[in-house]
Amino acid sequence: MSEVRVLVGTRKGAFILRSDENRKSWTVDGPHFPGWEIYHITGTPADPNRLYASQSSGWFGQVIQRSDDAGKTWEAMNNEFTYTGDPGTHQWYDGTQHPWEFKRVWNLAPSPTDPDMVYAGVEDAALFQTNDGGKSWRELPGLREVKGNLWQPGAGGMCLHTIVLNPEDSKRIFVAISAAGAFRTDDGGETWRPVNEGLKSEYELPDSAAEVGHCVHSIAMHPSRPNILFMQKHWDVMRTDNGGESWHEISGNLPSDFGFPIAVHAHEPDTIYVVPITSDSYHYPPDGKLRVYRSRSGGNEWEALTNGLPQENCYVNVLRNALAIDSLDSCGVYFGTTGGQVYVSSDSGDNWMPIVHDLPPVLSVEVQVL
Amino acid sequence: MIIKVTLPTHLRTLAQVTGTVTLDVPEPVTQRAILDALEAAYPMLRGTVRDMSSKERRPFIRFFACGEDLSHQPSDAPVPGEVAAGSEPFRIIGAMAGG
Repeated sequence: MSEVRVLVGTRKGAFILRSDENRKSWTVDGPHFPGWEIYHITGTPADPNRLYASQSSGWFGQVIQRSDDAGKTWEAMNNEFTYTGDPGTHQWYDGTQHPWEFKRVWNLAPSPTDPDMVYAGVEDAALFQTNDGGKSWRELPGLREVKGNLWQPGAGGMCLHTIVLNPEDSKRIFVAISAAGAFRTDDGGETWRPVNEGLKSEYELPDSAAEVGHCVHSIAMHPSRPNILFMQKHWDVMRTDNGGESWHEISGNLPSDFGFPIAVHAHEPDTIYVVPITSDSYHYPPDGKLRVYRSRSGGNEWEALTNGLPQENCYVNVLRNALAIDSLDSCGVYFGTTGGQVYVSSDSGDNWMPIVHDLPPVLSVEVQVL
Repeated sequence: MIIKVTLPTHLRTLAQVTGTVTLDVPEPVTQRAILDALEAAYPMLRGTVRDMSSKERRPFIRFFACGEDLSHQPSDAPVPGEVAAGSEPFRIIGAMAGG
């Protein structure tokens, strides 16, 4: 019988939740790194017992942790993230230019084939890479050359929070940055270009269709269709069918098209999930009802998934890296909230149950099937 | 010189130490020399007390010793004689920042 391992990053440590494939009975292991913010903890596809965690603190800065035994023990790796050359400036909240300053690692994306190769998305936005399991990191500076002076921080900071690797072409990578937009490389990260055609940011940008500056919240792709991507933008849920060359809106009948995470079903490439949030002013679900919305048509037609989720007096948020999908035949969907709950559905979202109720605010959720 | 350094809880955990850390620091004993020795002995602490590149103290870190706040002393200034003699610890503190 398969084992399911859910890796949860929170404001006050990391937790590892374990179950068998029924996903009904769970054990909770943690907190690991108690008291530290864990923006992301993830496993490597090529070696499921190799885990990486981004551990950070306003007092003590950034630490990268690595485990080679599924979280039983951890080793602090190199935490030197140095921008290449003179990093220059980007746009600040008030429109002035502000120096690029490293703050933390938001996202770790291990290679599908090499457990020692990992991409790291950081704040202030840049992409780094290690080829030696975290012993050293180097920036891929070509990304910041794409009008980086016009990028600006969103409310959560100017973070590179999403990294999407193409399973069929290791040279093609998508990243998303708040508030800069989506970017693509076709040469392994040496050169990049913005892929934001079709995005509209009427309330956030003076030129609503600007080439860069859009506040993209997350991007998801099904590995069988690497040219089709789905995006949760600040406002609007979007889709591209041509690798980011152009995007079109698929918000359809959602109660709000503001939100943070987006995910694709493991076995149905046209089944996607979002968690609508009332607005950028009210970071909680519409009407106090926690609802995951599912589209089985690749967007536009959405259904609310509510069975087992609180439908009154619920005012939590679900952050951009806190929604995950497992690969079991009956596809599992998982998400964590800023209220410290982690929910699981073992039937593609039809029914939900909480795994834990009272963790610190959840920053990230990843799942492994062993 | 053998000197004593106390770390805040989170850094003790990160460095996998308990209690006071003992370091062999070359003379003259300065903040910079102490932190150089600390990071050499515990590489996982690099970047957690001072900036990796500039070597500036992180904003929410303070240095106390002998009842004094040394945080704003020049990093190459000698630390108090009791610290250099090993009779008083050099205390690295996570600054108060919260309610």
